[in-house]
Amino acid sequence: MMQFMLLFSRQGKLRLQKWYVPLSDKEKKKITRELVQTVLARKPKMCSFLEWRDLKIVYKRYASLYFCCAIEDQDNELITLEIIHRYVELLDKYFGSVCELDIIFNFEKAYFILDEFLLGGEVQETSKKNVLKAIEQADLLQEVPMGRTK
Amino acid sequence: MPAVSKGDGMRGLAVFISDIRNCKSKEAEIKRINKELANIRSKFKGDKALDGYSKKKYVCKLLFIFLLGHDIDFGHMEAVNLLSSNKYTEKQIGYLFISVLVNSNSELIRLINNAIKNDLASRNPTFMCLALHCIANVGSREMGEAFAADIPRILVAGDSMDSVKQSAALCLLRLYKASPDLVPMGEWTARVVHLLNDQHMGVVTAAVSLITCLCKKNPDDFKTCISLAVSRLSRIVSSASTDLQDYTYYFVPAPWLSVKLLRLLQCYPPPEDAAVKGRLVECLETVLNKAQEPPKSKKVQHSNAKNAILFETISLIIHYDSEPNLLVRACNQLGQFLQHRETNLRYLALESMCTLASSEFSHEAVKTHIDTVINALKTERDVSVRQRAADLLYAMCDRSNAKQIVSEMLRYLETADYAIREEIVLKVAILAEKYAVDYSWYVDTILNLIRIAGDYVSEEVWYRVLQIVTNRDDVQGYAAKTVFEALQAPACHENMVKVGGYILGEFGNLIAGDPRSSPPVQFSLLHSKFHLCSVATRALLLSTYIKFINLFPETKATIQGVLRAGSQLRNADVELQQRAVEYLTLSSVASTDVLATVLEEMPPFPERESSILAKLKRKKGPGAASALDDSRRDTSNSDINGGVEPTPSTVSTPSPSADLLGLRAAPSPAAPPVPVGGNLLVDVFSDGPTAQPSLGPTPEEAFLSELEPPAPESPMALLADPAPAADPGPEDIGPPIPEADELLNKFVCKNSGVLFENQLLQIGVKSEFRQNLGRMYLFYGNKTSVQFQNFSPTVVHPGDLQTQLAVQTKRVAAQVDGGAQVQQVLNIECLRDFLTPPLLSVRFRYGGTAQSLTLKLPVTINKFFQPTEMAAQDFFQRWKQLSLPLQEAQKIFKANHPMDAEVTKAKLLGFGSALLDNVDPNPENFVGAGIIQTKALQVGCLLRLEPNVQAQMYRLTLRTSKEPVSRHLCELLAQQF
Repeated sequence: MMQFMLLFSRQGKLRLQKWYVPLSDKEKKKITRELVQTVLARKPKMCSFLEWRDLKIVYKRYASLYFCCAIEDQDNELITLEIIHRYVELLDKYFGSVCELDIIFNFEKAYFILDEFLLGGEVQETSKKNVLKAIEQADLLQEVPMGRTK
Repeated sequence: MPAVSKGDGMRGLAVFISDIRNCKSKEAEIKRINKELANIRSKFKGDKALDGYSKKKYVCKLLFIFLLGHDIDFGHMEAVNLLSSNKYTEKQIGYLFISVLVNSNSELIRLINNAIKNDLASRNPTFMCLALHCIANVGSREMGEAFAADIPRILVAGDSMDSVKQSAALCLLRLYKASPDLVPMGEWTARVVHLLNDQHMGVVTAAVSLITCLCKKNPDDFKTCISLAVSRLSRIVSSASTDLQDYTYYFVPAPWLSVKLLRLLQCYPPPEDAAVKGRLVECLETVLNKAQEPPKSKKVQHSNAKNAILFETISLIIHYDSEPNLLVRACNQLGQFLQHRETNLRYLALESMCTLASSEFSHEAVKTHIDTVINALKTERDVSVRQRAADLLYAMCDRSNAKQIVSEMLRYLETADYAIREEIVLKVAILAEKYAVDYSWYVDTILNLIRIAGDYVSEEVWYRVLQIVTNRDDVQGYAAKTVFEALQAPACHENMVKVGGYILGEFGNLIAGDPRSSPPVQFSLLHSKFHLCSVATRALLLSTYIKFINLFPETKATIQGVLRAGSQLRNADVELQQRAVEYLTLSSVASTDVLATVLEEMPPFPERESSILAKLKRKKGPGAASALDDSRRDTSNSDINGGVEPTPSTVSTPSPSADLLGLRAAPSPAAPPVPVGGNLLVDVFSDGPTAQPSLGPTPEEAFLSELEPPAPESPMALLADPAPAADPGPEDIGPPIPEADELLNKFVCKNSGVLFENQLLQIGVKSEFRQNLGRMYLFYGNKTSVQFQNFSPTVVHPGDLQTQLAVQTKRVAAQVDGGAQVQQVLNIECLRDFLTPPLLSVRFRYGGTAQSLTLKLPVTINKFFQPTEMAAQDFFQRWKQLSLPLQEAQKIFKANHPMDAEVTKAKLLGFGSALLDNVDPNPENFVGAGIIQTKALQVGCLLRLEPNVQAQMYRLTLRTSKEPVSRHLCELLAQQF
């Protein structure tokens, strides 16, 4: 199970954080600081996986953004890399050539998309079509008041 | 893509975010944020009711501010209000806020739960999914209590939409992981398994995760999922790359689902049904075959997805460990990856091969890659990859390649990262011992370790070399010569001085014939290091000196001079001073014969598990050393390279027993406690059956004991004089008194107190435990003024206990005068793990009537705990290693006493485990670790106690390497809070 996912910039600014395990704010900040530092210090050709505490960190850089996931010992590193990639694809399809700014200004959308894709740290739906359909349906409901009976 | 989506619904939010981004400094940003917070606060407090849109906008701004890293202490109520909005987008923001900023404010939780309940009941799938996402994101116990019973129904309901089923499955998984006790098992579980057959791939993908978790906890109840998973997997693996449409990822059919299914199958042994097994083997072969096909795409996503399945397949093959053909194929595949240009694949191949190395079928195949792996250790630029290579070398080591591997690891040690040096040192030490053909190589290797990385050579490592040298007389001369040479170096590590000091003290005579290492030369060499060393080392050297006086009478005058020096005799450190004083006296008063007996060479250590191996296991979890434990591969060497017992005594080893000065320490309850562990404490002059070295007692007892009259019953004698076998059998004694359990519970976390009291009799207890040994003093007080007659307390072992626990008792006087107290000493040895305590039966005649009383003796398995300190990483690693369902025991219970952290701490320490700080992410929780020492085996135990002050509840989780022990410890400890 994925324990958390962090998105941060080259400059170390946190852009999105999703925690699938209950932790105190203090601990979250500490982990974030530590991991941002560790990952940014790594050189481009290095391996995308590292052991950290009792977890495995899987990360990948897309343009100016780092996507960094913490998974458990028995989880599969390569498939996690592709979780990251599929999430990037979903963002890209939704925003149209997604860039860091889209995620900054529409962070709530980034969360909604992530919730459709991953839930409780597990993959819920891998089909790009199905995830985006769910988000678009929600977008169509944007300002329309809904009755209980729809 | 949709224009509506871009957040232009909330212009104010976009403006605010822009403002923040334009801030030139941190201060400016904080100023802007404070201004916004003030604005929002005033809007929320204002008289004018806010419309939904504004509320949404402000809540969203608060969320943004929070995500920037600032604390938010208001707005929760407004967010909760949004939950019941009938506009979807407002509801959605409300849920997002709640998910990100959960607050355990009970008032709010009720409101939130209410809103969720309404949405779950709405039958609108979009709303239901939002509510389920929220539960899954928060996953708190309160939510579990409110919804755990409803969600299974939603999950298996025939009319639930697919998307709702998906969310419900993972939501339930989260709740089950957080509070398994809240999720009722029932009819739904059978239907959940059949979701593996669902037409909708998304539903299957979500459901497999839930099923896997349920299988881990209740393997037997979910066995039917094996054949369903196999047939699902087989359909995916054999499908053409386009069959699964949107579930195909870069030409790989359903990679996520495949990985999850392979994971699920790893909860079970190979399928029993031959047809199912055949089909599965076919799948695994197909995956291995596909790896050899040319890639369908050059994209890394294609190869990653394909290889993800391949690695998971290999994991399953290793898990089964029964198909030699598949294991060897897996190994060859990994061998190809070892030289792949992708660093990621090299890393994973090294990691995966490590587990393959421990299988008897593939060990030889793994060994063929040794040169590649050594090369990786030398040339990989990424330290994490090098670490994997070192792990693999360790795992593939056997007698045939040990010298090569050890020398490569020693070379690597010189440049290794500091973080992993200690581990490498342990590994080298273990390999050197395990595969030593001649012990001179072993001694050389360990001394090299000390030379290269002295700071990282832990006590266990150098104790061990001493134990081995002591036990093997063919290496003693070589060892003495080698340490003597090593000590010649102008700067040598203190650990070298310790090893050198000890070995020369024992075996210096073997090289004394050579004038270059004559006794005075040996002494002055050692003494030249003396002043630079720590107290512990100097204490050890003093013992070496007294041994020298025995070995080399010609050094007596010089050494007495050193001992007599003011810097020793009046040393501020009490241990050094005491040794100096005692050794000086000993060397002057004892005759040569006595001296020779006292300072005789140490007898061999009893063979036991290697203490270094135990240490590595503690560091890395029990699996880490499994490759070496594996007796399948190395049965031949067990007697040569078998372990010797780890005793802490080596530190102060040659210190003479206190009793030599003539008097025995009297066991008086008022005197400082005599160290327990009877067989370490034997008087050398006693003619008891145990010819053990005289080690334990601190010198101070000797002098104390001179002041006291010798006790008529020395505890020492007990070893030679076991109680006569007149104990009544269990059938002769009555059942324990009703309060026996309660009385027993009082002593789980403490060792002394009143065990029992009534109008006639008071029984006090005082006990000490060390390793697997214990000594207990029972005090029987006659509270009346009349003599008890035929007084006879006996210990009875019900059931199998006789084989688990040995208790030796001494008979006490048959008469106890009115108002008097008699004492009984019990020597206890834990042979193996036990669940029930022995019984203590007390019978006597009082005023002509026979009295009899049966109690439970306060000896519980936790008494044999040895606390183990470890770092968070090691703890978690170890924790995970003990993840078999039966290794864990958990209890959730109401607090019976006020929940005071300090009291809890004291109890846990009293229980015997070490308390580990900074391990649990939640500082309120307690985490402990220890090893239960029994004669036959050691049981590693980890525990975690999570208090919930609000609910006045605790959750206690125990994981041990032995299943009944987990449950038993959990029950014992749960009674204490």
